[in-house]
Amino acid sequence: MSNQNKEWLSKLGPLFGLILLIIVVSILNPSFLSIANIFNVLRQVSISAIIAFGMTFVILTGGIDLSVGSTLALTGAVAASLLAGGMDPFLTMGIALLLGLILGMVNGVIITKGKVAPFIATLATMTIYRGLTLVYTEGRPISGLGDHYSFQLFGKGYFLGFPVPVVTMVIAFIILWFILQKTTFGRRVYAVGGNEEAAKLSGINADRVKIAVYAITGFLAALSALILTSRLNSAQPTAGESYELDAIAAVVLGGTSLNGGKGWIFGTLIGALIIGVLNNGMNLIGVSSFWQQVVKGIVILLAVLMDRKKSA
Amino acid sequence: MIEMRGISKSFSGNAVLKDVQFDLANGEIHALMGENGAGKSTMMKILSGIYTKDQGEIKVDGQVVNFKSPKDAEKLGIIVIHQELNILPDLTVAQNLFLGKELTYGKTGILKTKQMEKEAAELLKKLGLDVNPRTRTGDLSVGKQQIIEIAKAIASDAKYIVMDEPTAALTDREIETLFKTIRELKAKGISFVYISHRMEEIFAICDRITILRDGQYVGVRKIPKTTFDEIVAMMVGRELGERFPERNCPIGETKLEVRNLTVNGVFKDVSFSVRKGEVLGVAGLMGAGRTEVAQTIFGYRKANSGEILIDGKPVSIKSPIDAMKHRIGFVTEDRKTQGLVLDFSIQENISLANLEKCSSSGIMNKQKELSMVHQYIEDLKIRTSGPEQSAKSLSGGNQQKVVIAKWLGTNPEILILDEPTRGVDIGAKKEIYHIINKLAESGVAIIVISSELPEVIGISDRVIVMREGLLTGEVTKEQMTQENIMHFATGGE
Repeated sequence: MSNQNKEWLSKLGPLFGLILLIIVVSILNPSFLSIANIFNVLRQVSISAIIAFGMTFVILTGGIDLSVGSTLALTGAVAASLLAGGMDPFLTMGIALLLGLILGMVNGVIITKGKVAPFIATLATMTIYRGLTLVYTEGRPISGLGDHYSFQLFGKGYFLGFPVPVVTMVIAFIILWFILQKTTFGRRVYAVGGNEEAAKLSGINADRVKIAVYAITGFLAALSALILTSRLNSAQPTAGESYELDAIAAVVLGGTSLNGGKGWIFGTLIGALIIGVLNNGMNLIGVSSFWQQVVKGIVILLAVLMDRKKSA
Repeated sequence: MIEMRGISKSFSGNAVLKDVQFDLANGEIHALMGENGAGKSTMMKILSGIYTKDQGEIKVDGQVVNFKSPKDAEKLGIIVIHQELNILPDLTVAQNLFLGKELTYGKTGILKTKQMEKEAAELLKKLGLDVNPRTRTGDLSVGKQQIIEIAKAIASDAKYIVMDEPTAALTDREIETLFKTIRELKAKGISFVYISHRMEEIFAICDRITILRDGQYVGVRKIPKTTFDEIVAMMVGRELGERFPERNCPIGETKLEVRNLTVNGVFKDVSFSVRKGEVLGVAGLMGAGRTEVAQTIFGYRKANSGEILIDGKPVSIKSPIDAMKHRIGFVTEDRKTQGLVLDFSIQENISLANLEKCSSSGIMNKQKELSMVHQYIEDLKIRTSGPEQSAKSLSGGNQQKVVIAKWLGTNPEILILDEPTRGVDIGAKKEIYHIINKLAESGVAIIVISSELPEVIGISDRVIVMREGLLTGEVTKEQMTQENIMHFATGGE
């Protein structure tokens, strides 16, 4: 029992870190705690958190997906151009999500059927998807998306007093948490990451599980793209650059092992919040954006070092 | 000489060693025996400085020592050779021998490659191992790698060598070479602690046996002034009775038939059949292709030609999923890399092959899962604090039972067990034999691959023997002797 308590304590470490961070930031600048600012933080976090949720699945299987930022840019650009061309917003959103799903599946197929290491495969598709975005947009932002109330609501609106992106993030979290913890698919994800050979020998189709997690990640990147496009009312060909690194950082901050098999999606949510609060807090306190990078890097490093110590 | 007195150790309140003693004379081979979880490895980890003792005293050559790290123990010449070898397969033999203590020109870090190879060659010659020091170590047989490990220990002036299950992966002939080496070193005054579950070996090579049970010292016996039965009784604290329980069940029709199964370059034209309620033993040396045949039947390896028939009908098995559809179960040889997800709990491991059974429309049903797991924990006598205990923290025997439970959950009609009792203690071994018997009695067709001849003979109705990828013989119950089987396994050498 005491062992289990210890395990819980270490699992909740990131949460304590987040609370500590919030206390420090609030003391240094009390305006952090204003409703407007908190909504602002959450709205920013929602985009990176949704991507990081997908990344959690991928990392749990022992993989990595560097192409999420490019997937976001490409799906966002396609959605924006469809809207600008006058397509129904719901159909547009459906097409963008489907495209994200397919781009993710392509990653999965290359990795499983082509037997390419995930790092290399998604490094390649990261470049390919970014290039396709530039080709598609001719390197220019797409704006003039028209006056679709329902699409604008997606990034800027409120639902029961909460920003819609935040509501979307929470719903995505609940669904993905349920999938990971309560379904046979979730169990298979952990098994493939924990010991792929044993999983295969237990009748689990590891390839199919892997293709599915990359597809989920692509889908979620497209969902983030829609939020971002709606918020900015335009699509940038350079959108989502280095988002993959933020997503990986959030997953790692949340305590998920890069070796796969160990971790949880709640930690990823906390990890994304830590990064969000850190960004926002440093802006409020007036830390220069150059130093912000340094601090962010140090926080990630500290989190991983502490995690090491715990497991040693 | 080493004396350990009154050693106690507990982990988070659990006492794993209580007032244990052990001593090792110079030039002695001393076996440490006990069931899994008896405290053997903890005791040796304390001796080698991996763990620190809570209480007690260790004396080396009369001096009280307190090891804070393995380095401290190494300085006094205490070296452990673990079951999983510490050899880097891609380095040459010489590079492995000098790993971490390479000879260099002064402090430059520039290697004296020639001299190391020369010294390595001399050392190997002394140990009677005919190997070029420039060979890639991974290309050597496991037996030779084992001797390289010993050579490594000797190269660092080991006086006391602890060997944990050294013969688990060796063929009989390799074991002979290993024993010869050990005896020669013994004559030079080097002492060995020998941890093994194999009685025959211990009686063949050791001078004394210290027996532990449940973290306590039971006693020490001199060989040959003791018997198998006495040792076993001391280990389990009771008489165990017959080593191989009797089985009396009718053998039914042919369940599985394999015809001319071939995987190019691995095994060729393997044909055999197994019937309902029958236990078919598969004997042979390591590397004879037995595991590969099992993997092919289970769809984990692709056959180049040949046929598999179940209930007389040809079937196509392309993946473990297909095999499971035909009700085949496969308890794999290496439970750590193939059988278990070590970070998973017992529960999650058992349900891994039974996710459909433990769920409805893709959603896990905790109730169903738990009731299945509880049933197997009870049926197979898995010793655990509960279904949530992680598989990693179980002893070998209990880990094996978890793997078996996983497959029983699938209600197999054909069950292949590959080395089901390797690294498993005597008590758990017997329980596994009981499980096999029960399954046979319920009509399951069983294939047991085993390198332990007494085991193959003890539990099989019929034995087939493989050598170098070919099926070389079949031995019926009446003809079953170690000599007969070895004749086929070695080609009569």
